[in-house]
Amino acid sequence: MSALLPLRARGAAVRLRGGGSVGPVDLEIAGTGVTVIVGPNGSGKTTLLKMLHGILRLSEGEIRWACPRREAERLQAFVFQTPVVLRRSVAENLQYPLRLRGVSRREAAGRAAQWAARLGLEAAMARPAHGLSGGERQKLAIARALATGPAALFLDEPCAALDGAATRVVESVLGEAAQAGTRIVMSTHEIAQARRLATEAGFMLHGQLLEISPAETFFAPGRGGPLGAFLAGEIVG
Amino acid sequence: MGDLIDGFRQAFWLLATLDADLIDVTLRSLRVTLTALAIAGCIAFPLAALLAVRRFRFRRAAIAVLNALMGLPPVVAGLIVYMLFSRSGPLGALGILFTPTAMIVAQVVIVTPLMASVAHQSLRDLWAEYRDLLISMNATPRQRIATLLWDSRRALITASLAGFGRGIGEVGAIMIVGGNIDHVTRVLTTAIALETGRGNLSLALALGFVLIALAVASSLAVHWLGRTETEERW
Repeated sequence: MSALLPLRARGAAVRLRGGGSVGPVDLEIAGTGVTVIVGPNGSGKTTLLKMLHGILRLSEGEIRWACPRREAERLQAFVFQTPVVLRRSVAENLQYPLRLRGVSRREAAGRAAQWAARLGLEAAMARPAHGLSGGERQKLAIARALATGPAALFLDEPCAALDGAATRVVESVLGEAAQAGTRIVMSTHEIAQARRLATEAGFMLHGQLLEISPAETFFAPGRGGPLGAFLAGEIVG
Repeated sequence: MGDLIDGFRQAFWLLATLDADLIDVTLRSLRVTLTALAIAGCIAFPLAALLAVRRFRFRRAAIAVLNALMGLPPVVAGLIVYMLFSRSGPLGALGILFTPTAMIVAQVVIVTPLMASVAHQSLRDLWAEYRDLLISMNATPRQRIATLLWDSRRALITASLAGFGRGIGEVGAIMIVGGNIDHVTRVLTTAIALETGRGNLSLALALGFVLIALAVASSLAVHWLGRTETEERW
């Protein structure tokens, strides 16, 4: 399972369609744990995650997984900030990525039910996914991503649309997944959440990854510069 | 005025007694158009999905051509099919001119661009919605197309009904390639044209009622499907 890691980005940069760019970024993601990327809106968190996931074309540099590309693609999952749900029932949404991988109908149904229960969606299984609330959609997207048992899971602001109770469910599910060996890389603009979840944290500003370090160092008191200001709750950017 | 009322009365009588000729012609109309529709769907829908999903060099040009072909005058389509299948034409050896098969071919030519264009519009919108997810999930091109077609099946039914409306009421092309031969290639529209010319207005009118009923039923179905689609977003 950990054949996917480490992930190494060297000088990786992406040019954005509306002008501007994100990167160049140098970083290594290895071992286990949760990497949380923080930064103000528009700092490039989403772009960084998509870049690492491999769904954006790099304009410079390279990103390498420890295994061949095709295999690496199978071992990752991504949860978008605005969850994309298929126009199908909740159960079919959960089964979809499994069916794409050739998992039998019966096994896919079993795993879907299991993950739905983990995120409290079991009562909604037969409902059309488009009728779900924003929070339920986000839970669905997370359950669907975890159902494939990814070695690395990217989440873009997974709790931005969630209330306190739902956030707690999602955080505990992500914590358990990390315990079980799924490497998690996520973004958030909520520093309190970063403090709760991160084993490693990164700070993005103006398209640059200004810092990435273990959580103890990152959140250590008395940090100066833009990161210190951001952690202190000031408006940066 | 008396003619018209008399015509109406006889038309209703023909309908009420299920006149054999009327039934024969109606069934042939349905058979030709439904077969053409099935073939056109097999061509139009995968083509529309491919145009939505794939980025290739002449994609924009292909979509423009498709939209332009929607306006192809049926008579001209009929003429081209006629020339292809006429005895001296490149496909003349098949000997299908003046058979229902030739009529089906002509209707496929007329209906396919319409269905592909209507389907493409909704497949394109759905692709915009699904794109990131399907790429992230690493779906193969075939899986992407299958997902899009299945999840927009209502829009595809709407496209098919639009195609049915166009096919069933079409007269120019099937007149040319079918020849309007009694009990062989005579369908509702060509029969109306003929009976009107012969002065047999009551039969023409009865045929007209059937045709209107079919056309109205298909457009009502489009309307109804369109409404449920906006309500449930399936």
